[in-house]
Amino acid sequence: MEQSHAGRIGCLGIDSRKLGIWLFLASEIMFFTGLIGSYIVLRFHNLSTWPVPSSVLNIPLTGFNTFVLVCSSMTFVLGLASIQRGDTEGLQVGMFLTIVLGTLFLTVQVNEYKALVHDGFTISSSIFGSCFFTLTGFHGAHVFAGVVWLIVIFVKSLRGRFTPEDYAAVELAGLYWHFVDLVWIILFTILYLI
Amino acid sequence: MSEAAVASQAATHQSPNYKAVFWSLFFLTIGEIIVANLHQFPKKITVVTLVFLAVVKAVLVALFYMHLKFEKLIIYLIVIFPLFLAATLTILVLFDKVRVYS
Repeated sequence: MEQSHAGRIGCLGIDSRKLGIWLFLASEIMFFTGLIGSYIVLRFHNLSTWPVPSSVLNIPLTGFNTFVLVCSSMTFVLGLASIQRGDTEGLQVGMFLTIVLGTLFLTVQVNEYKALVHDGFTISSSIFGSCFFTLTGFHGAHVFAGVVWLIVIFVKSLRGRFTPEDYAAVELAGLYWHFVDLVWIILFTILYLI
Repeated sequence: MSEAAVASQAATHQSPNYKAVFWSLFFLTIGEIIVANLHQFPKKITVVTLVFLAVVKAVLVALFYMHLKFEKLIIYLIVIFPLFLAATLTILVLFDKVRVYS
């Protein structure tokens, strides 16, 4: 049985599980900042041959996908707020909608990949192609992991595992999910708009 | 501070206005797309504006959706330190390449 928040407060005055997930996110920050940094350096030194992203990529479709991910963060926090009030059904609805939106994001991304590959834009076609598929591919893998995590939380919520006193697992999954959203916000600007 | 007090700290902080954050993110995203398609401005101004808008959106998500606004200093340090390290590495590599090429 899960311990309550109070049972896991460490010497720093923070729930040890929350501290753990923040440390994990710190490693993720370095991972994605490293990738984005590499992209910036490569682009800076190939300015003359770098294509205009909007000439290769489907900006309206990705704009829609960004909206989907932002909406998923919204449905998640509303689910979290529900369980804080003791509304288990609200949590279940929030988690379900977040899973649906996360899956929709991945579906759109797969279709975007198919269209790009069909047009000859692949991971090996150019430096931009390599950077694009590496960055969005790793992000997509994180979204997939997040959706799996959310499914676990959703199933647990159906079994009544969360209460207003014990919802730390939901909060931790939320930190990861919002981080994935945050990374996409940066990627969308760097890869698609600039 | 007792364990119970610490435990209730996260739950008792004032809940952010999630809907206001959502609409801010929505309109900022639309703003980004509009700015990216305004070709009459110099490229540098467009890039700086887009990066600024993206940073504002990222900060909104971190502060309000990830509840960073209500966290202790140690959590801020955990976030900022790796960001600083990775950004420094990128800047150093960028300048090193500039030196080599010039």
